[in-house]
Amino acid sequence: MAKGVWIVAEQRDGALRNVSFEVASVARKLADDLGEEVNAILLGSGVEGLAPELGKYGVDKVYVADDAIFADYTTDAYSEAVAKVVTDNDASILLLAASVEGKDLSSRLVGKLATGMATDCTDVKIADGKLYATRPMYAGKCFGEIVVESYPQMASLRPKVFAAVENAKAGEVVKCDAGVAADALKTKVLETQKDASGKIDLTEADVIVSGGRGMKGPDEYKILEELADLLGAAVGASRAAVDAGWRPQSDQVGQTGKVVSPNLYIACGISGAIQHLAGMSSSKYIVAINKDSEAPIFAKADYGIVDDLFKIVPEVTAAAKKIM
Amino acid sequence: MNIVACVKQVPDTEAFIKVKPDGSGIEEGNIKWVMNPYDEYGVEEALKLKEANGGEVTVISLGPARAMETIRTALAMGAEKGVHITIDEADAYNTAAALAAAIKDINPDIIFCGQRAIDDDSGQVGSVLAELLGMPQVTIVTGCEVSGDKVKAVKPIEGAQLVIESAMPCVVTAQKGLNEPRYASLPGIMKAKKKPVDVKDAAALGVSVEPKAKIVKMTPPPERAPGKIIEGDDAAAKASELVRLLREEAKVI
Repeated sequence: MAKGVWIVAEQRDGALRNVSFEVASVARKLADDLGEEVNAILLGSGVEGLAPELGKYGVDKVYVADDAIFADYTTDAYSEAVAKVVTDNDASILLLAASVEGKDLSSRLVGKLATGMATDCTDVKIADGKLYATRPMYAGKCFGEIVVESYPQMASLRPKVFAAVENAKAGEVVKCDAGVAADALKTKVLETQKDASGKIDLTEADVIVSGGRGMKGPDEYKILEELADLLGAAVGASRAAVDAGWRPQSDQVGQTGKVVSPNLYIACGISGAIQHLAGMSSSKYIVAINKDSEAPIFAKADYGIVDDLFKIVPEVTAAAKKIM
Repeated sequence: MNIVACVKQVPDTEAFIKVKPDGSGIEEGNIKWVMNPYDEYGVEEALKLKEANGGEVTVISLGPARAMETIRTALAMGAEKGVHITIDEADAYNTAAALAAAIKDINPDIIFCGQRAIDDDSGQVGSVLAELLGMPQVTIVTGCEVSGDKVKAVKPIEGAQLVIESAMPCVVTAQKGLNEPRYASLPGIMKAKKKPVDVKDAAALGVSVEPKAKIVKMTPPPERAPGKIIEGDDAAAKASELVRLLREEAKVI
């Protein structure tokens, strides 16, 4: 009989990523509803010491496979190790973050475990002893409620949608064998090119200041960067700005860019096309600054200013300076 | 080189999506159907690789009868032949299983998929396909180079870019930025009509149609509470009020 709510914890460079705590917290709630335990799978090299942090967020047991082979994430090594632990323990539910690594790993596991998965979920619950997951579809134009009929029931969770909730449990370490031979790996990481230091990743940002067609050109982003620096925010862009060559592809928020869920999204000179909304509609608060009162973004904004962003944004920076 | 590109026919991104009153699916009546945008990057990469190295591109799609249009589009872009696996709909695992069954005989050196389809936004098929074919994968890539029997791919992650080397054959899933997909030329469109497309029934491929992940119901998106437009005498006044609200009401700065 399949049991236990399992998660794959995500670590990088020896530290657990925040998504791990979000996923652990969700797992804890589901496990409490089912009367079961939360087990985390942690892979890496020299990472056993991270287990207590997972315990802090509700994890009962941490299954650790600590080996040089897991130093860098590879699909082959990680999917094989996780599949083995999950199968040996007959996991009932398996959750991962819908982070870059999580999407790659969880999808491969769907194949290895011959099961089903709800991707990039914004809500999950237990009903009739089963996992029901809610997720955006058609770029968020509608939502689907999914039930997985096979075990483990898999779901990946949209980052920054679920809160990381402290709930101290044992976080007891259970050591596992890597079980993966080095020559079985068919991919390897040749190089890691880190982004400019101090640049906040959009998918991890609490605040995003974003510019669209209304910015008129690349140099004009300076005023957004000033506001972002003050707020500790990341700077995003709409597709129009990226396709015009004003901002890099990696800054694009939207259906063919990144999906972000910050606490605050400030959209400047962005009309709010459905494809852009697809990338930021999970934001807790949305501010729109646009001189076109008909811009669709205003229908989604919590706060809107209909005015010239080149007048407003510097004033917002000035006003914010006074209170920061 | 033997190259495969997987494509899916999806509603155009501008399409107004309406959920059926009983929540069992979406209304398909007025939809304009197109090739999944991410698959276009896959087809383009496949064609570029063929043009550089010689060989053949086979485009494969799983879908209802109308999906043939999308296969013809890929043929018009320059693919040599197509495979159409007919089925009304299938979940990710079953889709990948059907594709794997059809692709096995092609013996490809490399397979391109879009990183996800913009209708279900699941992003699983490419990876499940790689697993079922016993191939390595590099997903959501913005750069791809083949030299000899290795692929070197660029993969953005949070805060960085990875350069990953993969053995071949492998599955690569395409992200925006990988290339600029070509438009089908008029001569290309004419030639496409005569290119061979093998039509197979999914059930005949021995693939299950019973979904592992079931959509229980579909609903319109959750409504956001209506917001407020900030009025004021001048830019400074409006900006101050915004900052005050963000600090005191929303508590986000």
